[in-house]
Amino acid sequence: MTGVLAVQGDFIEHIKMLEGLGEKAFEIRSEADLDKSFDRLVLPGGESTVQTRLIRDLGLFDKLKSKISGGMPTLATCAGLILLAKKTENSDSVCFGTLPVTVKRNAYGRQLGSFRALGDFKGVGQVPMEFIRAPYITAVSDGVSVMSVTDGNITAVKYKNQLAMAFHPELLCDTKIFEYFLNM
Amino acid sequence: MKTQYELNKELAQMLKGGVIMDVTTPEQARIAEEAGACAVMALERIPADIRAAGGVSRMSDPKMINSIQEAVSIPVMAKCRIGHFAEAQILEAIEIDYIDESEVLSPADDVYHIDKTQFKVPFVCGAKDLGEALRRISEGASMIRTKGEPGTGDIVQAVRHMRKMNGEIARLKALRNDELFNAAKELQVSYELVEYVHKNGRLPVVNFAAGGVATPADAALMMQLGAEGVFVGSGIFKSGNPKKRAEAIVKAVTNFNDKKVLAELSKDLGEAMVGINEQEIELLMAERGI
Repeated sequence: MTGVLAVQGDFIEHIKMLEGLGEKAFEIRSEADLDKSFDRLVLPGGESTVQTRLIRDLGLFDKLKSKISGGMPTLATCAGLILLAKKTENSDSVCFGTLPVTVKRNAYGRQLGSFRALGDFKGVGQVPMEFIRAPYITAVSDGVSVMSVTDGNITAVKYKNQLAMAFHPELLCDTKIFEYFLNM
Repeated sequence: MKTQYELNKELAQMLKGGVIMDVTTPEQARIAEEAGACAVMALERIPADIRAAGGVSRMSDPKMINSIQEAVSIPVMAKCRIGHFAEAQILEAIEIDYIDESEVLSPADDVYHIDKTQFKVPFVCGAKDLGEALRRISEGASMIRTKGEPGTGDIVQAVRHMRKMNGEIARLKALRNDELFNAAKELQVSYELVEYVHKNGRLPVVNFAAGGVATPADAALMMQLGAEGVFVGSGIFKSGNPKKRAEAIVKAVTNFNDKKVLAELSKDLGEAMVGINEQEIELLMAERGI
């Protein structure tokens, strides 16, 4: 059972992708949702400023952070990567801070800088990647595996139980990254 | 161009479950971002003031839009007049994240909408019914919103438009395959778009509610009626306590199905915008550009 953070963003796309692979999934919108039993967590795309605020205001922060720190396999895409990152270059805001990397928000500029690429994802092979007003990773600490590099910038990493990427595997039909996550 | 259109539709997907707020100054933009807006709409005057001032209403000064782009990290949208492709070119040149080809401004063309397929930058357009929505999509819109009746604080028209669209989608879904050709004729749209709606039971792009949202309950009503997010124009910065009201509407959109949360959010918000009823207004903006 996978809990998908559903305070804002493209959580429905994640749920459809997971269900397509036979994984049960539910939306996390309130503290009560976190009492359900689940063994995986997804942090979807969206606006990280909105999500960070709602995670705190809706009383989700402590429980979610302890699940991530406690080793629950966590998939984070785009805004989700920013929520996990220990440091954001162009902002003081930190959400969970459980992933020892530095990210740069809106690293490719505004919407006109959004793009699609085909790239290698370590252990998975070639996958299509959608970058929508995306961040990238500018620094990683020891113990963090780089999973993909796009035009010289790190765009996906894995650290213990956390798999995080700047792009959106949930938007396209390619299921390989989700299969990899479900085997973590 | 096709890839860009996909990317533009996908940006709208990222805005889902969020609130897009009208702002007129960098200070308001920061209040909106801080309160949890997923994007802001930069404009010189909010719809209620446009309505009050009368006269011709145009695209905002690009310098003013730039100052808002610099103030916040979330996407910034701006409006151009219906059919005014030169205004749209200017907005594209300043790298706006989304253009709203909007009936709130005075239409520049009473026949043709902008050929949005010629732009890299995404467009959102208003619609009162399924035919309008699909016509805007065939012109290249990558996001749709209800028209509602902007600047009134009256939700009745947004409700009417959303219910109408939902009803027409349900009807298309129920049709036999051999009836779809005639449906395309009636809606004045391509067969391919009709077929998409028939198969998927939804528009091919994200659909937000707009026009007349003034309270957390209004936002929840529109979300329960199937909106994927909400635009709030005059409702926030025309109210007594904009910051608190903005935060409450953001949370109401996330928790639109939780009546206890909605009750808490609705408490002690100060004055709502005064509002005007649809019978009291002389100009129906929703009738512009169909």
